[in-house]
Order: sequence, then structure tokens, then C-alpha cells
Amino acid sequence: MRKSPAEVGESHTRLTRRALLLGGAQLAFVGALGLRMRHLQVDQADQFRLLAEENRINIRLIPPARGELFDRNGVVLARNEPSYRITMVREDAGDVDDVISRLATLVELDPDDLDRAMTEMRRSPPFLPITVADRVSWEEMSRVAVNAPALPGITPEVGLSRYYPLRGDLAHVIGYVGPISDYDLSKIENPDQLLRIPRFQIGKVGLEGKMENNLRGKAGTKRVEVNAVGRVMRELDRREGQPGDDVQLTIDQQLQSYTQARLGNESAAAVIMDCQSGDLLAIASSPTFDPNLFVEGISVPAYRALTENDHRPLAAKSVQGTYPPGSTFKMITALAALKEGLFSPDDTVWCPGHLEVSNRRFHCWKRGGHGHVGLTQALRESCDVYFYQLALEVGIDKISAMSTKLGLGIRHDLPMSGVAKGLNPTRDWKAQVRGESWVIGDTANASIGQGFVLASPMQLAVMTARLASGLELQPRLVKSVNGVEQAGAAPQTLDINPTHLDQVRRGMYAVSNHRRGTAYGSRIIADEYRLAGKTGTSQVRNITAAERARGVTRNEDLPWNRRDHALFVNFAPYDTPRVAVSVVVEHGGGGSKAAAPIARDITLQALYGGTPPLSAYPSKDRAKIEEQQEELDRLVPEREITRRNRA
Amino acid sequence: MSYLEYNAKYVPTGLRKVFYLNWPLVLLLTAVTGVGFLMLYSVAGGSFSPWAEPQMKRYVLGLALMLLVAVVPIWFWRSVSGAAYIATLLLLVLVEIMGSVGMGAQRWIDLGFMRLQPSELMKITLVMCLAAYYDWLPAKRTSHPIWVLIPVFLILLPTALVLRQPDLGTSILLVTGGAMVMFLAGVHWAYFTAVIGLAVGTVFAVFQSRGTTWQLLKDYQYRRIDTFLDPSSDPLGAGYHITQSKIALGSGGWTGRGFMQGTQSRLNFLPEKHTDFIFTTLAEEFGFIGAISLLALYALIILFCISSALLNKDRYSSLLTLGIAGALFLFFAVNMSMVMGLAPVVGVPLPLVSYGGSAMLVLMIAFGLVQSAHVHRPR
Repeated sequence: MRKSPAEVGESHTRLTRRALLLGGAQLAFVGALGLRMRHLQVDQADQFRLLAEENRINIRLIPPARGELFDRNGVVLARNEPSYRITMVREDAGDVDDVISRLATLVELDPDDLDRAMTEMRRSPPFLPITVADRVSWEEMSRVAVNAPALPGITPEVGLSRYYPLRGDLAHVIGYVGPISDYDLSKIENPDQLLRIPRFQIGKVGLEGKMENNLRGKAGTKRVEVNAVGRVMRELDRREGQPGDDVQLTIDQQLQSYTQARLGNESAAAVIMDCQSGDLLAIASSPTFDPNLFVEGISVPAYRALTENDHRPLAAKSVQGTYPPGSTFKMITALAALKEGLFSPDDTVWCPGHLEVSNRRFHCWKRGGHGHVGLTQALRESCDVYFYQLALEVGIDKISAMSTKLGLGIRHDLPMSGVAKGLNPTRDWKAQVRGESWVIGDTANASIGQGFVLASPMQLAVMTARLASGLELQPRLVKSVNGVEQAGAAPQTLDINPTHLDQVRRGMYAVSNHRRGTAYGSRIIADEYRLAGKTGTSQVRNITAAERARGVTRNEDLPWNRRDHALFVNFAPYDTPRVAVSVVVEHGGGGSKAAAPIARDITLQALYGGTPPLSAYPSKDRAKIEEQQEELDRLVPEREITRRNRA
Repeated sequence: MSYLEYNAKYVPTGLRKVFYLNWPLVLLLTAVTGVGFLMLYSVAGGSFSPWAEPQMKRYVLGLALMLLVAVVPIWFWRSVSGAAYIATLLLLVLVEIMGSVGMGAQRWIDLGFMRLQPSELMKITLVMCLAAYYDWLPAKRTSHPIWVLIPVFLILLPTALVLRQPDLGTSILLVTGGAMVMFLAGVHWAYFTAVIGLAVGTVFAVFQSRGTTWQLLKDYQYRRIDTFLDPSSDPLGAGYHITQSKIALGSGGWTGRGFMQGTQSRLNFLPEKHTDFIFTTLAEEFGFIGAISLLALYALIILFCISSALLNKDRYSSLLTLGIAGALFLFFAVNMSMVMGLAPVVGVPLPLVSYGGSAMLVLMIAFGLVQSAHVHRPR
């Protein structure tokens, strides 16, 4: 199209005008952008810089080292070991299944753990590291580190994990730690930030649980620079936390391990207490379990095996189990009667083998009866009728009061789980709990530690230690925390006439040193270490009249769980008591046969501070004992347990 | 004007053309691209790979192409304008049919050595076509409804194709760029007023249509609008980009954290740090001074283009130069508005600085056209 010059000129002028207009508008916009830039970068710079720091810097917690546990001699009972684990970040891994299959060729992966990790991974944000393998060996760890380029998203990490070198030997006292669960968290009000760390180990049971606050320590913090996906680029600074308090127990590891081995696979418990200080030297319960299984979370089949065992390995029978104390209660009945002055030790009672109490016949264990018996003989031969007679005259109130004085029916303050209160029955208790009034038959039953009376092996040990020392001893389990001695108040003298105590002790001496004593077979013949004790056999079932007529069924012929509990309490040496021991063998049969030999062995072990010489045993037992000692030596091999010298 | 008319006056020929190039413009372009190299080097953590080195190679190629385009007489380019437009349009249709899928949208043709984005090319060929159209159209018909409808159609056809891809950023640039050329050509004010009125109405309709069966935009586009209007509503989701971008930019302060010291981009808080959000790295590392300097470089390029356009005697050259300057303006204005939280995140790269082959080459070719118009100006 042809255009006239005028037209061209006019259009050119318009173009110039519009070009300038548009150019001006553009420059104005550029100016506006500049102003906005100034606003963001100059006026608001401080604010944005702060936000940038927040973006960049992440505060991470450093878990403190958990306090370690030692025995009274500094032997390590629980320590922290470096534990290698392998974590995976889903986001970095890309193809998760592919990486896992490659990892599986280097490291043994537990299918259960893997399942759990996969579930966790699906639930959490893609950048969070998830543990795929725990407790990895150092070799596996290095294999992973070497092959790192082929394993995107996989990081080998080092942490601290609890380890119990004694395994089962102290499991019921120390308990165990385990990964914190949502349930644990829900129970704690205002929980420490530490507890929010996934799979952080906290004390679950036993001393680990009870002294959690001492053992845990305080978290440190480190400031790290992270990128947008939360990956740590470098550490900026760190403030160390405070490790947990080290706790030293009164337990003697060697004695503990010996006791545990001596109990073997019986369903049994034993407590050894120092008669001067109240220190608990050993608290054993068998069968036991390996607490290390729980540290990283126990597998379901392993847990089921523990819970379905009829010998209840998980129960700390030493403090949780309560048993009718049986004849071991007779010292209390005797002391109550002596206190009332109704009897002198020389007064005798006629035992024809039974006693009629309000038209009910109460039997003595010896069908033929003991004839005329005084206190010493009654204890020595465990005559039931004698104590029925005493109790009927003294009454339950006095017996109960004496029982309390000796530490029964009291929940002793110990940092262990489920410490039982036992039962010290009174008129009020029966009225309140059972809604029945106390009858005279109840008193008769209580006098020989049957009926309603219940006591734990711990309480029986306390009772024996108090009897032996004449002091109101309190059981003590924690010797020191962080090197600070945890001394309780000096024990008070028991409010019991020392003469009466002597009279009872004399009876106990006869039990294991008089040839007619019920525990004569389990005596100690080393003169300086003479043992004084009391057997107990407590029924777990009622013996019917028909049965009695037939002749009482022998324990060996009953199913295990219907057999009597065997008990034995003792102290030694007789003249200057050093240790008090209580042994309960569940369904073990008679106390003299099942419990007393164990108690003697433990007592000797404690008194000699190691394997006792055979000369301490009666000569006819020595061959058997030697064999047993060898067997136990094999069972308790010399452990490599590092000692730490404590200042 | 024809070849003969040009020849009537003095027009440089042969190697002499090189002396008549708009050298300040070449220097400015090199300076801006140089800023790009620095930033790409920095965001790669102090490394030429993977971005800075390919970008440099492309710049050298782009510079060669620009000079090649510059020495070809402008009347040749005018004569192929319509063909170029049609060819680009066909390419757009082609990506629609067989384009490979990337970033959830079909945008490029794989040429083997590079990925060609026809939509990038369209920004330039549309300007060429419109400039040629108005060069041909007698001035008095410029505002005639029929003759206004034709360029509107020329603009909307590729826009519709690009919008289908879907690429909202480029669609906006095409419409705005085309409208700029129409405005420069002298189309009556009333049309623009009407269109702006219509646009406001459309925006209203877009918001009204949300959630209904005739929803006009994709969900992600609505979300981007939402987060643009209120970035704090979703700080870790869609608003993350804008929030992080503002944090990086703002934390630069007056002088910045220093070269390669930008924590936000280095630690990957910034999305697409080497493409759409590269400006934030510059602003964080060089501060307000660095950012305003880049803005000044862009402003200077535009000023040089306007002055070159005003000296041009023929309509095609002027419109083309101004149109290309306008396109450049739209690029950086939208990108900067976006990273500064003034506009929604629509995915427009920072011209010559952001990593990207098509955009860089197309812009260099465009400036080749500007140079060609400048060189072949009758003096």
C-alpha cells in the first residue's frame, strides 16, 4: 500500500508520542520495582534476616549419657555402649525398596524391624531419618559406610544404648530401659524435650524406672545449619548436657550372681540383707530373663514366651511375690506372747497332734503330736499346737502389732517395681475388706503364718534381720548417687525386750543345730559361722478331712502348682549376726528340704565372700556339695565385668 | 519503504555494518548475561557445572546468532515476518500433538542438542508479525474495527495454544506484548479502555467460576493466586515459594551477604534457584546495591532500544524494536514482581540471567533484529 508522506509523518509522530508514553510507563514501573526492593532489602532487612536465620539454624538435642549402675564394689551392672544403627531418609533414597534390597545384601535386616520402619516411614515426613536396622555390628557398619554411594539416603549413625553385662542376674532389681512409647509419653505431664526423640530409651521397670529422673540426665543442645529439607550441613556450636547420675547399689554382684545360679530354674526368690546396716546384698528371683532383650524393644514371640511361662520369669518374686509365711511366722507369735508375759520359755504345752478351737480341729504337722513342748523345742520342731495355744491367749491384735514391728505388712521404700505390702491381718482389716468378723480360728491360722497372713521374701529378710540385730533395720538398695552416700538414719533399737529376742534366737539356733531341729540337715559346722534359722512350709490348698483320714498326700505326688511353698529364714553367725537370709521356693514342698539348703549355701557364700571351704559343711554332705559347687562354678563362669574404681 | 528507498540514502554494507552496530546495547546485554553467569556459578555452590558453563556456551552461540541476524537487512526480516509467525504457530500446534511432557505441561520440542520452546519463539515472531502488519496498514485504518480485529486474532490464536499447554506466564506475556505493539501503532485509546474493562470483568468471572463446572483455570493456578494474595496462609505448601523468596531477598540488606555467601539459596530453601528465582540469590548475595544495579541495566537496555526506535525512519523497525524492548520489560518486570511478592508465581524466567536455552537464544535473536534495524537505518 502506498502511503503519502504526510500520512507517514503523522503516524511517525504518533508512534514517537506513544513510544515515549510507554517507555515512561515502563520506567515508572522499574522505579516502583526499585522502591519495593528498597522496602524489602533495606527497611525490612532485619526482620527478614532473622527469618533467614530461623530457616537455616536448627536446634538439635544431644541425648545425655544415662547414669551407670554399679554394685557395692564398683562392678558395672548397667552401662552405655555405642550402638550402631542405620537410618534412612525416604526423600534422599528415591526408590526405597531398591535401596533396602541393596542394603539387605550388606546388613542382616530383621523382617519385623523392617516392617516397623516401613510403617514409620510412610507416616512421617519424607526428610525425617528412620531407623531401619538397630544394633548393627561394627563390621556391618563399615560395609555400609564403604558402599555409601550405592545407598542414597542411608546413613550409619552412632548412639548410646543400654547394656546389662550381668544379663539375667540382676534383671528384677535393675529392670530395664526401653524405647519410649506414646503410652509412656501420655502418662508424663509436661515431658522433657528429650523424651520426644524417637525411640529414646527410658527406664521402664525396676530401678531403671524408679530412678529415671536421676539416671536420665539433662540434654545438651547443638545448633546446626540445615538446608530446606532438614539435612544437617554443619554444626555451628554445641552446649553439652549433663550426664545422668551414676548409681551404686548395695548389691554384691558376686553374691547376687551366685544366688541367682543357686536358685536355678526353681520358681523361687531369695533376699540377703546385712544385719548391721540393712544393706541388701542380693535380691534374687528365678527364673530370670535377659533385660537386654527389652532395650531395643522385645519381639512378640520372645515376650510371649516370657509371659506364658508358668514360673513367671518377669515377676520380681523377691519383692512382688507374697506368700503365707508359714512357720517362719512363729517367732512373731512367740515374741508377742513373751511380751505379754503370759508364757515363760520354760512353760510347756501338751501337743497331742491337734487342738480343738471352737469345735474345729487344728492339726499339728506331726500327726502323733510332740508331747510336752517348751518354746525352744516348739521352734526347733515347729510344733503348731504350741503356737495355737499361745495365740489363743495373746490374741490377734498383739500378734499383728508385733508383726508390724518386725516389718511385715509394711511397704518398704525400695526403688523397685511393685514392692508388695503383704498382709498383716487385723480385726479391722477383715471387717473392712471381707465384711466378716474375726473368728478365733483366724487367730489360730495366723499364729502359724497361714490363713490371711502374707509376706514377701523381702519382708521376711527384714524380719529376720531385725530379730537377729535387735535393730529396726530398713532395707537399703541404693548405696550412693553420683558418689554421694545415701545413708539413711541410724537404725533405732527395736522396741522388744532383748531377753525375749535372745530366747527366740535360741530356738532358731536349735532349728539348725539340734539334731531334732527341722533344719538340722542344713546346719553349718564352722564354729564361727553357726546358722540360726526357721523353716516354713505353707499350704496353698486346704487339706480336707477325707484327705487327712487317707493320710496327707505327699507333695511329690501333687501337680507342681498345688504343692506347698517351701520357706526358710535364717541369720548367721549366731553370736554376731552379719547376714539375714530369706528363701522362698514356690511349690517346693517342705521348707527344710527345698529352702534350707539353698539358704545355707547362700549364707556361707556371703560370710566367706566367695566359695566356702567344704569344712563348713557337715562331713556327710561334703561330696554332694563339692559336686554342686563345681556345677555352679561352671554355671557362673568368671565374668569379664569391668570394675570402676570409685573415689 | 523498499530496498530502493533504503539505497537512496546511505546504508552501511558489508563489513562496515559491524561499525554501525548498537555496541552499547551489546555491552549491556553482555553485562546482564555476565550477572547471570555469576549467579549460576554461585547457586551451583561455586561450580561452573551444571549451569554456568552451558549458559556461557549458549551466550556465545546467541551472540553469534545476534550478529548474524544483525547483518541481514531488516527488510528481509520484514518480508519473512508473516512466514515466521505462521511457522511458530505450526510448531505450537506440533508440541500440542507430540511434545514431550515436562513439568506437567507440554512446552518443548526436543531437537536433540536443545529443547525448543515454540512459546518462547512466539513472543518474538508475534511482535515481528504485528510490526509488519502495522507497517503495511495505512495509518488511517489503524483504529478501524475490522483492522483492529485482525491483530487481536493474531495475538489470541497463539495465546490460546500456549494457555492450553498450560503456560499462564507466557500467555500473559503474549497478550500484553501484543497489546503494547498495537498501542504503539496508534490504535485508539477506546479499545484499550474497553479491553481493560473486559479484563477486570474476566478476573471477576475467573474468581466466580472457581469450584463450578465451568472453572476457567486449573486448581494449581487458583492456589497460586490464593497464595499470592495471602502467602502466610500456606507457608509450607504453595506459599512456601513466595515466603522463602522474600526471606532470601530481604535478608540481603544493603550490601548483601557477599558472593557465594547466600545461605538461603545455598541451603535449598529457594525453589528453582537457577531459573525463575535466580534474582533472589542475586539480591541475597549482593544486596540492594546488586539488585538495583541489575534493574538499572535492564532499564538502560530499554532506553537504548527506545532511542534506537525513535531514530528509525520506518515503521516496521520502530515497532519491532519497541515491541522487543517491551517484551524484555515484561519478562523482567513480571519475574521481579513475582519474586518480590508483587505478582503470583507464574513461572517467568529472568531474561538473560535465568538458566535456560530457548529463552536465551530467542532473546539474542530478537536483539539481533533490533541491531539489524539499527544497522540498516538510512542515515
